[in-house]
Amino acid sequence: MTAVAGPRGAGLSLLLSEIAVLFRRRRTWALLLALAAIPVLIAVAVRVSSAVPPGRGPAFLDRITQNGLFVAFTAMLVSVPLFLPLTVGVVAGDTIAGEANLGTLRYLLVAPAGRVRLLLVKYAGALAFCLAAPLTVALAGAAIGAALFPVGPVTLLSGDVIEPPEAVLRLLLISAYLAVSLAGLSAIGLFLSTLTVVPVGAMAATVVLSVVSQVLDQLPQLEWLHPWLFSHYWLGFGDLLRQPVLWDSFASNALLQAGYVAVFGALAYGRFVTKDVLS
Amino acid sequence: MTGPAGVPGRRTCGLTIETQGLTKRFGQQVAVDSLDLAVPSGAVFGFLGPNGSGKTTTIRMLLGLAAASAGTVRLLGKEMPGSFQDVLPRVGALVEGPAFYPFLSGTANLHRLDAAGRHADPATRRERVGLALERVGLGHAAGKRVHAYSLGMKQRLGIANALLSPRELLVLDEPTNGLDPQGTREVRNLVRSLAADGTTVFVSSHLLAEVEQICTHAAVMSAGRLVAQGPLAELRRSGSSRLRLVTPDAGPASSVLAALGLSPETGAAQPDGDVLLAALATPGFQSEAGAGQPAAEDIVAALVKAGVRVRGFAVERESLEDRFVELTGEGFDVAQ
Repeated sequence: MTAVAGPRGAGLSLLLSEIAVLFRRRRTWALLLALAAIPVLIAVAVRVSSAVPPGRGPAFLDRITQNGLFVAFTAMLVSVPLFLPLTVGVVAGDTIAGEANLGTLRYLLVAPAGRVRLLLVKYAGALAFCLAAPLTVALAGAAIGAALFPVGPVTLLSGDVIEPPEAVLRLLLISAYLAVSLAGLSAIGLFLSTLTVVPVGAMAATVVLSVVSQVLDQLPQLEWLHPWLFSHYWLGFGDLLRQPVLWDSFASNALLQAGYVAVFGALAYGRFVTKDVLS
Repeated sequence: MTGPAGVPGRRTCGLTIETQGLTKRFGQQVAVDSLDLAVPSGAVFGFLGPNGSGKTTTIRMLLGLAAASAGTVRLLGKEMPGSFQDVLPRVGALVEGPAFYPFLSGTANLHRLDAAGRHADPATRRERVGLALERVGLGHAAGKRVHAYSLGMKQRLGIANALLSPRELLVLDEPTNGLDPQGTREVRNLVRSLAADGTTVFVSSHLLAEVEQICTHAAVMSAGRLVAQGPLAELRRSGSSRLRLVTPDAGPASSVLAALGLSPETGAAQPDGDVLLAALATPGFQSEAGAGQPAAEDIVAALVKAGVRVRGFAVERESLEDRFVELTGEGFDVAQ
């Protein structure tokens, strides 16, 4: 009676809907606005204060007054340890638990979305946010920097000088690097989200884990563990600011994140496929 | 609209829902205990039981939301949850109340849930969503955020979601919860019209009156067990009924009734004579009720023939409500 093979385009509907719903939520906008506020705060603070003595504050901070693009670089560096994982933790922890909490999970499954498909779509939505979050910081930083300070050629860590358009390209590259960096954390959040119907619990646990990982990464006694921590390469995007670009840390990071995605994706799958949806 | 009993073209063969030994345990607690449901195709099936008797848990297992601890489910002739991709697109469901994204409008919510299924055609989505909203009377509030909806409006939206595509089976869990009397009546009419189209409707409720008015079949749950199941008419009939006879000739009347296989008792006397009461049918819903008992007119004939002055004669039927309370309301040893 009903065609088993769905009509054309129906398979993609859920993914498009997921991304649309995610980015239509006020909460998502609030998170992105909070991220955008970081470069704005930095730029305004630098603008209203007297000259920053070189070597103090976060890297690149002292260069902002000469080149506004450094607002973006500084803001990205500043947001990596806490702000980006915080916002990603909120989105990833909400994936399944949020739907369960609203009760919409049962209607999605009865539709039927299919559990594996729903899990994949939810993860894809979280990844979309992982990309949107650092991009927001980068673009807001570049915009406010250009508005408040002069923009000129950027001197890279290797000493080479690149023109502003290429500097913006590097910003996008760093955004991509950070998006990849957050993929593992998103998978962890997705898994935690399948364990509970209280989204705040999954969010908090995800954020706490990101902090724990970074703390462990600071302890020299645990050096053997460091390459396995998902936050290990989070600040390694400096290699993208060399000429030519060093892709080593990008590759190591991608490999590590892929491992986390595989492990926690499998855990989320194992949990979600057999889970009784009782909310 | 034709009543549920006289709907033309109703399919009478086959079972739309069939469970065997369906059981759900949560730890030590048995929420649903070896349930054997049989919902005939085309029926409007009332699934009755007090709150907490396992109705919603059963529905969750039917729809594959929860895994059964034991037993099997067949929906539309196919094994669940294994065949969910084939089965669920043909099933519309309202499970344990409506649930929506409060920050989206009614229309956007339906678009979202419709998009979740891989089988719903995106090309007709807008049209189908509009029709479903009109059908439940929400056309005027379609653009409002669900956040601003009343409970009754959410309930209607939930029903609209179940009607997004043509369905062969509708599972409605407490569909009139939160609706005003007018809304309740609209839902009843909606269910009737859907049933007239040949849709099998499975309605759970803890309100007997609701089920009694629209259903052709019913099942009664109590403490996780199925205590009665069958066509509504049969359920009504199988409730014990009794004979009430008013006569000044209590003695001869008693012996006539005893000779017919009844066991009369003396009730409170009335001015115009003694009152005799006799149970007519033995309770037992699924058995052929009252088989082998004399018809009322034969009893009267026998009484008159024996010279008993019959001043009042009535067959008093236990109401369905009495039956419902009897089946569900008296603790654990009621279910036989």
